[in-house]
Amino acid sequence: MVKLSPLSPFAGLLPREVGSLRVTEVDPGPVHWIAPYRSGLEGTAEALGAAGFDWPAPNRWTGGASGRLVSVGPGQAFLVGAVPPEIPGAAVTDVSDGWAVAALEGPTVREVLARLVPVDLSEQAFGADATARTLVGHMSASVTRVGEGFEVMVFRSMAGTFVEEVERAARSVAARG
Amino acid sequence: MRLPGRGLHEGPPAEVYFDGKPYDARTGETLAATLLANGVRLMGRSFKYHRPRGILTAGSEEPNALVTVGRRGRQRPNVRATMQEIWDGFRARSQNSWPALSRDLMAVNDLAWPLLGAGFYYKTFMWPRGFWERVYEPMIRRAAGLGHLSGEPPEQASEKAFAFCDLLVIGAGPAGLMAALTAGRAGARVILADEEARMGGRLLSETHEIDGGPGHAWADGVLAELAALPNVRLMPRTTVTGAYDQGTYGALERVGLHAAPRADLPPECFWRIAARRAVLCAGAIERPVAFADNDRPGIMTASAVRTYLNRWGVAPGQRVTLFANNDDAHRTARDLAAAGVTVAGVVDSRDSAPEGDWPVYTSGRVTGTRGRLGLRSVTVTHAGGTREIPTDCLAVSGGWNPSVHLTCHMGARPVWDEARLAFLPPEGAVPGLAVAGAARGRFSTRACLEDGAAVAAEVLEALGFDATRTELPEAEDDPYRIAALWHVPGKRRAWLDMQNDVTVKDVAGAAAENFRSVEHMKRYTTQGMATDQGKTSNVAALAVLADATGRSIPETGTTTFRPPYTPVSIAAMGAGGEREGFAPVRRTTSDAAVRSRGAPMVEAGLWYRAAYFPKAGEKAWREACDREVAMVRGSVGVADVSTLGKIEVQGPDAAAFLDYVYANRMGSLKPGRVRYGIMLREDGHVMDDGTVACLGSDRYLVTTTTAAAGLVMAHMDYAAQVLRPEMDVRLTSVTEHWAQFAVAGPEARGVVASLLDEEMDAERWPFMSCGPVGIGGVDGRLFRISFSGEQGYEIAVPARYGASLWRLLLAQAEGWGGGPYGMEALNVLRIEKGFLTHAEIDGRVTAFDLGMQRMLSKPDFIGRAAAMREGLLDEDRPQLVGLRPVGAVAALPPGAFLFAPDAAAVREAAEGHVTSAAYSPTLGTTLAMGFLARGRSRHGETVKLVDHLRGVEVLCEVGDPVAYDPEGKLVRG
Repeated sequence: MVKLSPLSPFAGLLPREVGSLRVTEVDPGPVHWIAPYRSGLEGTAEALGAAGFDWPAPNRWTGGASGRLVSVGPGQAFLVGAVPPEIPGAAVTDVSDGWAVAALEGPTVREVLARLVPVDLSEQAFGADATARTLVGHMSASVTRVGEGFEVMVFRSMAGTFVEEVERAARSVAARG
Repeated sequence: MRLPGRGLHEGPPAEVYFDGKPYDARTGETLAATLLANGVRLMGRSFKYHRPRGILTAGSEEPNALVTVGRRGRQRPNVRATMQEIWDGFRARSQNSWPALSRDLMAVNDLAWPLLGAGFYYKTFMWPRGFWERVYEPMIRRAAGLGHLSGEPPEQASEKAFAFCDLLVIGAGPAGLMAALTAGRAGARVILADEEARMGGRLLSETHEIDGGPGHAWADGVLAELAALPNVRLMPRTTVTGAYDQGTYGALERVGLHAAPRADLPPECFWRIAARRAVLCAGAIERPVAFADNDRPGIMTASAVRTYLNRWGVAPGQRVTLFANNDDAHRTARDLAAAGVTVAGVVDSRDSAPEGDWPVYTSGRVTGTRGRLGLRSVTVTHAGGTREIPTDCLAVSGGWNPSVHLTCHMGARPVWDEARLAFLPPEGAVPGLAVAGAARGRFSTRACLEDGAAVAAEVLEALGFDATRTELPEAEDDPYRIAALWHVPGKRRAWLDMQNDVTVKDVAGAAAENFRSVEHMKRYTTQGMATDQGKTSNVAALAVLADATGRSIPETGTTTFRPPYTPVSIAAMGAGGEREGFAPVRRTTSDAAVRSRGAPMVEAGLWYRAAYFPKAGEKAWREACDREVAMVRGSVGVADVSTLGKIEVQGPDAAAFLDYVYANRMGSLKPGRVRYGIMLREDGHVMDDGTVACLGSDRYLVTTTTAAAGLVMAHMDYAAQVLRPEMDVRLTSVTEHWAQFAVAGPEARGVVASLLDEEMDAERWPFMSCGPVGIGGVDGRLFRISFSGEQGYEIAVPARYGASLWRLLLAQAEGWGGGPYGMEALNVLRIEKGFLTHAEIDGRVTAFDLGMQRMLSKPDFIGRAAAMREGLLDEDRPQLVGLRPVGAVAALPPGAFLFAPDAAAVREAAEGHVTSAAYSPTLGTTLAMGFLARGRSRHGETVKLVDHLRGVEVLCEVGDPVAYDPEGKLVRG
């Protein structure tokens, strides 16, 4: 039998540190897209609730250390870091390998992201359970507040561009001193 | 001349160079201050007449003192000397003069001025017609102009950023400081932006006292409090340049332009600020008066003289004369005298004026000036007669124009106020933007402070903040006394727009030629169309126009202002988009392995795919391509097809939904089966083609072409959400999740079978089947489909295993005498088989044109109504055909037109065109696909192919688009 070896999206690209910004690759574990059918809203809430996840409000995530249920659009969420339960009333698709996930941390993280993300990421506007489907530069992305930092998901194929753009923004922020 | 002990600015001594000559300076002062301190008055040459020019102002409104800073990749033309901060070793040079600023030969233009008035070029250079673009315009552009770009890419890239706030305060003078303080104390998120390096506005330039102390000290106190508030962000050196929809403001920050270049530090940052509300506290700009020869170096606005004196500690002259029509300007004489500078006289146009220890000439006018490279004297006509006053600096004030520019950015026009002789912003000009202070004609310091606080309090209340009243400090509250004076009649030229060399005579000439509308006058004379946008001259120009046309100023109206307030470099607006920043790069999982084989990459959408895989000894791409085609036809080839769009469709109504979005029947597809299909746009034309695989009950996988993946996803989302919301169906893209590889050729089954965990049963995998497979213990998917016409499979695994599977596939394929193939071979293989790409499906093509009309058999689907219309089923329409040259092999260029053999190769006779072509090593001939009128009934006929651009003319035989294995035996083998 042949053997296939896995490669992570940011292999050879991360971690990186620019100024006081740290960018590290996150292995998110399984990521599933969940979209309840019109006929299955209650069933979905029930099945997820039994697994410990409340359906998130728009631009919010629920859960915690054992996985996050992240709102990614009207009637759509990503279950990140946990295997979904059997949900009879919802479309469920494994998208684990479609996304490159990076954690950005450090005192200048908001300043760096302000150069790439057209969303208000301040403490007041983007609280501990906030998330947004938005842009990083020209890339479609999901930005989620996690602890004091942010986790950013971009298309796996764009991992290289993501690192370049974050690094460039971080350099110019660091150069301001 | 520096005045020891005067001025607010202290900086380490520095040496700067202007036109190569060194000057003593203080780090952080403006270049204008440095040059004036060193007695330099001549700083540039005017645009058209090459008139010697000096400094007119002390701010961003400067029309004259434009210089070029830096060289090569750091060269910046048209930098205002009044805004440029200097550092030790700073260098600038003058513009638009040759061979030297003081001896400019092009000044000959100035002698020809009676000829060169407004409209001269358009009236003169009319014949012969073709000469304008090729001869006259280049000549005129060379003769006239300001600074130049170096033509080299910037050495250091600028940046762009976003900011958010409750209240954006634009301008940090007395009104802005009070507004920011009120909002900051109320807890609102405040951004205070000011274009100067040091905040304080006119408080830094005037000797006003606030609460018994110097105004600038009060400003520093407020700024210290604001800096300590976590909810307030101070943005100095930041010009808010535009007001846009929904509270978005554009702002340009000078990040690295005020100091020696530093690695990684961007020159500029272009901010997009989203503000719930904004207050415009941009102050006002003093306007000069137009009189004969009022453009000589040494003539400047009265407020600029005070700025150089009080802020920078520099006397712009040793004997200064003042010419004004208002009380405010008289401060200039008082401040100069207090600093020990001789005031040669005060000329006031009114019949009474404030007294002082200097000669005052009431009912006075400056009627002429002398001094070609710098002012020597002025001629004054006043109540007591005419006299000439020796003077090296003339301070002029015609009153103040409120800086209403941003309020006009959404189309509002300012309103004339007869009492203040100024245009004021109308109410509600820009939603969410309030105006306070001098920007709405509240000119005294006290009025500005009061207005800033009051307007901020009002806005805060609307935002739901509890704004406690900020106590108002004591400050001067002098009335604004002014009498209208726009220009002094005379024979010699009186200048309005100094940057575009527009005179009073030009404006009057426009009126005489019946360009009476202010918009027509502007375009006829170019008044206000230079880089300064006429900040110091527009109002005076339309006053002159009003006079010339016998109308009042409000009747004449005003031109309006568009963004940007001050010039924004394209490099700042486009920051981040240089080179590869233009678009994200999408790499497949095989990318590194493919590149390591030396494969040239081609773009497909944002993806990069291998064009071909060169082998040692191959001299041209065609050799590699021919080899790869033969390899696929002869043994087996492997290609990365991960870039094709993949959309999962799920739900109780998934089958019905697919029947709705596809033109052919899809809902009947059974699990484990794949079908080809086409999607139409609503207008009946083909949008995309691809396959649908049924993965299980109510679960399908749609594949799209690489380039149309996003388009198809959006189209299907639209159909699900808008057209058929009653259908219970859900869609998501899985393009990125799966790495997918095509394995094609007679040996394909052997290669695939060698990798599967379970033994491969040929019966289980007939043509157009699909299903789950295990590869090395990983859950993958196998599809029996072919884009080459050979026995073909596509094998998919989660992307993390893509690189690994690619290596394994190649190793296996090479063991069977095969290898990788690229886009070039893929294209040849599909042309041999007559398969479609977007070269054929170019948006103008119907299913009928493609010979696929039979697929359209359902009662309803997107595009059906249009596709069934008579005109789209006309036999005369160009139909898909195959072409090959008659006789010898010849290139058949895509884009070439098709004609009857004996027809003239002219547009009217064209019967079709070529969409794709390739040399087929399999058939030993060139093959092409194209569209030909009535093509399906013309197989066997000869047509003439003509490519007018490349000079190609070939006779071709028309045939079926499928040139290779027309029975399709191989794919099923």
